[in-house]
Amino acid sequence: MNIIVILFPLALGLGLAGLAGFFWCMRTGQYNDLEGSGWRVLQDDDLADDQSPHANATRQPERAL
Amino acid sequence: MAAQQDLSVFVRHHDGIDGMELAIDGIRCAGCMHAIEKGLKRDSGILSARVNLALKRVTVEWREGVLRPEAVIERLARLGFKAYPFLPSEQQDSVTREEARLLRYLGVAGFAAMNIMLLSVSVWSGNASDINPVTRDLFHWLSALIALPTAAYAGRPFFESALRALKAGAVNMDVPITLGVVLALGMSVVETWNHAEHAYFDGAVMLLFFLLIGRYLDQMMRRRTRDLAGNLAALKAETATRLERDGTTIVVPIAAVSPGDLVLVQPGERVAIDGLVETGQSEIDQSLVTGETMPMLVAPGGRVHAGTTNLSGALTVRVEAAGSGTLLDEIDRLMAQAVESRSRYVHLSDRAARLYAPLVHATALATLLGWIAFGLPWQQALIIAITVLIITCPCALGLAIPAVQVVAASALFRRKVMLKEGDALERLAEADMVVFDKTGTLTLPEPELLNADSLDVSIVRQAAALAAASRHPLAQAISRAAGNPAPVRNVHEHQGLGLVALVDGSEMRLGSVSFCEAQAEADLVAATFPTTSLIAWRHGDACAVFAIGQRLRPDARACIAALRQLGLGVMILSGDREAAVASVAQELGIATYRAAMRPDEKLLALADLAAGGCKILMVGDGLNDAPALAKAHVSISPVSAAHLAQAAADIVFLGDSLAPVASSILIARKARRLMIQNLWFAVLYNAVAVPIAIAGLATPLVAAAAMSGSSLIVTLNALRAGRTAASAAERTPS
Repeated sequence: MNIIVILFPLALGLGLAGLAGFFWCMRTGQYNDLEGSGWRVLQDDDLADDQSPHANATRQPERAL
Repeated sequence: MAAQQDLSVFVRHHDGIDGMELAIDGIRCAGCMHAIEKGLKRDSGILSARVNLALKRVTVEWREGVLRPEAVIERLARLGFKAYPFLPSEQQDSVTREEARLLRYLGVAGFAAMNIMLLSVSVWSGNASDINPVTRDLFHWLSALIALPTAAYAGRPFFESALRALKAGAVNMDVPITLGVVLALGMSVVETWNHAEHAYFDGAVMLLFFLLIGRYLDQMMRRRTRDLAGNLAALKAETATRLERDGTTIVVPIAAVSPGDLVLVQPGERVAIDGLVETGQSEIDQSLVTGETMPMLVAPGGRVHAGTTNLSGALTVRVEAAGSGTLLDEIDRLMAQAVESRSRYVHLSDRAARLYAPLVHATALATLLGWIAFGLPWQQALIIAITVLIITCPCALGLAIPAVQVVAASALFRRKVMLKEGDALERLAEADMVVFDKTGTLTLPEPELLNADSLDVSIVRQAAALAAASRHPLAQAISRAAGNPAPVRNVHEHQGLGLVALVDGSEMRLGSVSFCEAQAEADLVAATFPTTSLIAWRHGDACAVFAIGQRLRPDARACIAALRQLGLGVMILSGDREAAVASVAQELGIATYRAAMRPDEKLLALADLAAGGCKILMVGDGLNDAPALAKAHVSISPVSAAHLAQAAADIVFLGDSLAPVASSILIARKARRLMIQNLWFAVLYNAVAVPIAIAGLATPLVAAAAMSGSSLIVTLNALRAGRTAASAAERTPS
């Protein structure tokens, strides 16, 4: 039964990590546009563009709030 | 006229960065999104542009002072998109914040429910075999460790609402919920302390989780409809041409116009403000304000209202605030009066709660007393009584109504109908009398050429080419009838009379009947179209008279027939003249109509009908309908409606067709039927589960199974609201 002492905090910790991830997603506005993000993945604008929009794309969510 | 624009009221400033939000017309797919973002980012001044595809909006940011906001709109226009600046309202923000709060509660409750269930399943299976009592106690304490903080955090919406209701001396659904959760947790702690076999931590937290799902669905629907309504308002956002001190003109949004400003109103333009005419003379089309289709003459000193259309001459107008005695002030006063009577409506869920809560509490109390009388120690009797409370907790009830509302609302949205209030569905289903406004509701908002069939096509085309040179709404109607041809050159507009141009060496005229000397022809046309405006055309000896008036919406007749079939009474209350209303009523076969009604008379008429026991659905679009829309049991307005009218309506439909009125009643009735079915289902569930609980046989396992089972069935039943109502609406002739 001693295994519980390890397993239980582990399970709870994983759950909490999931919850924290969920909160992080909310705070960074990832649920604001559920339609657009799916399509955004398909855009190839991070390949041959000299302006490096890749850096832009990762920075924007924080600013959207 | 390319007047300068000033949109600075829409710009937010933050840390040297300017930002603006725009609602975009015609954005449909990922391609549009890509085009907009890429096109905007090509501009070196623009720091970021991000499209929200779900909301059809774009947020643009640029370094302060680098760019004028108008330049963003120009750039979007060059990309092929019409953009409208958007000012998120305070109310909107609070709705969004509330939604985020609920989502956080939901996340926490979901996390807790899953982890506690993990422990509970072990305890249940252990109880069936040979669990060590020490291990069981440990698991129960761990559950308590998760459940207590979770309930304190995620249960707040219910606790707060229950407290509010109790303070007001009322009972709502949250009172039994709060009582159930608090007692379940308290009892479980005591039981765990006494090393008992059963604890209800899982039940309490799962209950919160399911109820929060219902709450969140409700809030999500409300926010979505608000967002869409906000976009519509932005798309309609009107501008005014302000006359500056130095004589220059500048186009500004209405929000930036203040009382005392001078505003220029060109012929053909919508008047955007209320005010007194300073200079100029013109005819004003007041149909959107009063329903009256005959133009009214205004001169210096006369009053014009927002929502009217300036027909013939340019005016300068001194902007007035809505002072006492103006039409707007009167409408405001009537609105306040009307809204008061509306707020007395009691939601279906609250009505259920009023029956449900006392019954549940009485049952629990009877159980307690009954078991004590039966000779059980009071502690054990109390535990059984609390189990009854937990089992009866309205888990399915909490989901029953919001789930149906969400499904029905998206079914309506697919039919271009937008719900502005969630409970509008319930009220719409109850309606048994439809009151229509005439101008702009039964008829199309824009005037049209009515006698095109009896005219020579070449004449219409020639007249249309001349008419295309003018912005007068009647001329525009002729131009539209021939498919907007290119205008004739060198057209002279004679103020208040008509247009003249030299065509093939002789003079061609289009204008009033006397201007074209076409009295004889006009009398003939007037005989067939008695309530229309007449416009004459003369080219040498050739002469024609055009009858222009409001045409009925394309399927008005089918819609009225469908409403009759659904068993609703139909009547017209209009602000227009008797003759004009009578002809429309006759065409649609509507026997009851009243004409020339002022806003307060409409309100009185509705009150009379309501006193007679009618539940009224008001369909209207004018400013004069706004109080009636607010007063009626439920109200619908077309998207072309005046701003105030649309704000007062519960439901807004897009497009020219009137069919959404009938189909939304169908969907609403279906939805209400499903809501009541769900409520009955919850009753049935209690009829089975409560005797088990009263008998003292309910364990946490039974509670968990009953709770999730009933919630699942209620949700599945709700899903039918979209599907079956859809096919029913398509089957009716509309």
